[in-house]
Amino acid sequence: MLGRTAGGLFWMFRYLERSENTARLLETGFRIALTSSNEAETEWESIVTTAGVRELYLEKYDTFEQGHVINFLLRDKDNPSSVMNSIEMARQNARMVRTALSAEVWEATNETWMTMKTALARPVSVKNLAEVLTSVRQHSAVVRGALHGTMLRNEIFDFARIGTFLERADNTARILDVKYYILLPSSAFVGSSMDNNQWETILRSVSALRSFRWLNEEETSAMGIAKFLILDKRMPRSLAFCASKLAGNLAYLQRDHDGPLPCVEMAAQVNAELAALTVDQIFDDGLHEFLEGSIVRIAEIASQIQQDFRFYG
Amino acid sequence: MTDSKFFDEMMNPGGDARPPYSNYADWFSGEDPKSLLKKSAEAEAFFRRIGITFNVYGQSEADERLIPFDIVPRIISASEWRQLERGIEQRVRAINAFLADIYHRQEILKAGRIPPEIISGNEAYLPQMVGVTPPGGVYTHIVGTDLVRTGENEFYVLEDNARTPSGVSYMLENRETMLSMFPELFTQMKVRPVSSYPAELRRSLSESAPPNFSGSKPTLAVLTPGIHNSAYFEHSFLADQMGAELVEASDLRIVDGRVNMRTIRGYKPIDVIYRRVDDAYLDPLTFNPESMLGVPGIMDVYRAGNITIANAPGTGIADDKALYSYMPDIVEFYTGEKAILQNVPTWRCSEPDSLAYVLDHLAELVVKEVHGSGGYGMLVGPAASKKELAEFEAKLRAKPKNYIAQPTLALSTVPIMTKAGLAPRHVDLRPFVLVSPKKIHITAGGLTRVALKEGSLVVNSSQGGGTKDTWVLGD
Repeated sequence: MLGRTAGGLFWMFRYLERSENTARLLETGFRIALTSSNEAETEWESIVTTAGVRELYLEKYDTFEQGHVINFLLRDKDNPSSVMNSIEMARQNARMVRTALSAEVWEATNETWMTMKTALARPVSVKNLAEVLTSVRQHSAVVRGALHGTMLRNEIFDFARIGTFLERADNTARILDVKYYILLPSSAFVGSSMDNNQWETILRSVSALRSFRWLNEEETSAMGIAKFLILDKRMPRSLAFCASKLAGNLAYLQRDHDGPLPCVEMAAQVNAELAALTVDQIFDDGLHEFLEGSIVRIAEIASQIQQDFRFYG
Repeated sequence: MTDSKFFDEMMNPGGDARPPYSNYADWFSGEDPKSLLKKSAEAEAFFRRIGITFNVYGQSEADERLIPFDIVPRIISASEWRQLERGIEQRVRAINAFLADIYHRQEILKAGRIPPEIISGNEAYLPQMVGVTPPGGVYTHIVGTDLVRTGENEFYVLEDNARTPSGVSYMLENRETMLSMFPELFTQMKVRPVSSYPAELRRSLSESAPPNFSGSKPTLAVLTPGIHNSAYFEHSFLADQMGAELVEASDLRIVDGRVNMRTIRGYKPIDVIYRRVDDAYLDPLTFNPESMLGVPGIMDVYRAGNITIANAPGTGIADDKALYSYMPDIVEFYTGEKAILQNVPTWRCSEPDSLAYVLDHLAELVVKEVHGSGGYGMLVGPAASKKELAEFEAKLRAKPKNYIAQPTLALSTVPIMTKAGLAPRHVDLRPFVLVSPKKIHITAGGLTRVALKEGSLVVNSSQGGGTKDTWVLGD
């Protein structure tokens, strides 16, 4: 496989995952706005921060007003990570690597782009936000389904998955990091209703509210949530899950390679560390420090992958 | 329904169908026009979904458009096709012999059959290719000969397209679309398949590989300028269908005297490049120091015989307008036979008698600039105003050498499906020819382009042209 093709697959799936994650963040923010309007602006602010586009946003707007945030994250051309730009970039990469994709995966990606281009051609109002967000989620599910149902399990598949899990791990780490203070035992809000609300937000933004409750029954605690999203391998958006998938897919690529690849070793190490870690240790060493460190390591692995597999040269 | 001035390929002036179309006409008369129009709309949605688009460059961003597809097939009988096939093969053989000659001994110049200044002063002639013999001796591996028809047995070659002809993906996808929309027609009529084109292309290119290719079989790659190129869909389509890598120049590098591509496991040699980039963008060291698109040093590898480039650099001289009028002589010179396919009569304004004729008949003729392309600097006499004619006359008198003139051809028509039923529109035809050292293969079919505007003679997709599936009938 060409290095450029591997890079195209990696980025295609990173962008698809990103569009879905941003849509999920918006869904969460919208939910908060509906249920507790006095916290809405703060919530929209942390959503912009989680999406990693705070500075760009502030260049354009002074306040975190609902309408602005929604359209900035969904369709603003000045926001490279907006849902529309992410889908556009995903499709552009898909076009570049089209020969590596099954017809179903390409067509699903192309249809996502065609539908969203129409849906996001004009500003989105609160009235049709839910419909647009559902559409984003459904379309990305179709692409993922086509990937699983029609693609050979070869190195093409590996690069697609590697892009997905890197983006997802980064997203989960960011969501937690923006709200880490709510999860600290020393938090002044412990036990308050606001606290519960915030916990719920975190779980919603990774589509894990129901699964968390199902696994933990009545018992909701900050530590429980942190453990679930960082260490629980049953949870498909947890750091431990993403790290083990990443290590696994990279290990497949290593098999046909002469000599060890640094990125494979890095991913294996992160995976091993997470498997051995307990939530008490994380809190003892500092949750914020742990999450920041994780974000940095994810970025390092991404850039090592790019180098090891010659994406650009 | 037919205009007596033009030859209609489906209907005789009397209103009955010509023999190749008789089965189709019977079937059509039993169909509901409304449901046919609906199928037509479905075809468009299908093309859009699978992304068969071409890019149009706007001011700010490239937009992707569809080439409209018409659901009425263009049908060619077995005997008509045999005649075309023989003519095309003869012409392509002559073009390859001409290219080999013109870059080596130049016998045709010595024999005085064409004037030397046509070659020496021509940008399409690459001095870098002098004395270079491509692997297997083939210059134009892929040719798309543009033909027009004016009567029952009158076919003309409009252009030879010996550089990087495009459109073959439309031939293939148009057929797939017709097969899925009208399967019953294919059971009633013997339509020769086109689907083996990618396999034939692969075979033909593999046969053209350098004899010392690297693995157990030659490694092929399609070289594209990238996703923003107007024909990118076709590039990726062909690579995919052939099972070849789709590469950009930035993926390639010269390693140990061979062209290599950058894979996730290091550099791997390539033996045959089907390039869809212009000569000028092949090698910045040889052709265009400004170019970011080329592969530095690829021409050295080529000269050493270690890579096949299809088509070879410098083949553009064979389809240059200045040379076009000499094609009948070229065919005769290299094959010893009269040309089977006619050339459009062409007046070379460099010759005083011709110039006088052209000036007298300007209002009836099409005048083309010798080195122009894409319709620039062209005069269409019948459509021009008095003022335009006068201005062009002055240009002609000032630089007669720069121009050739041709009669305005009465292109044949084939009906298209409109809301008001069938309506005749002008068409041309581009069959696709594959040349290897072993054989010349012509796919039974091709790309029919159709001017969708009533009365228009312009079939180009950039100017409102569409396409049709082309059916060659079996015996």
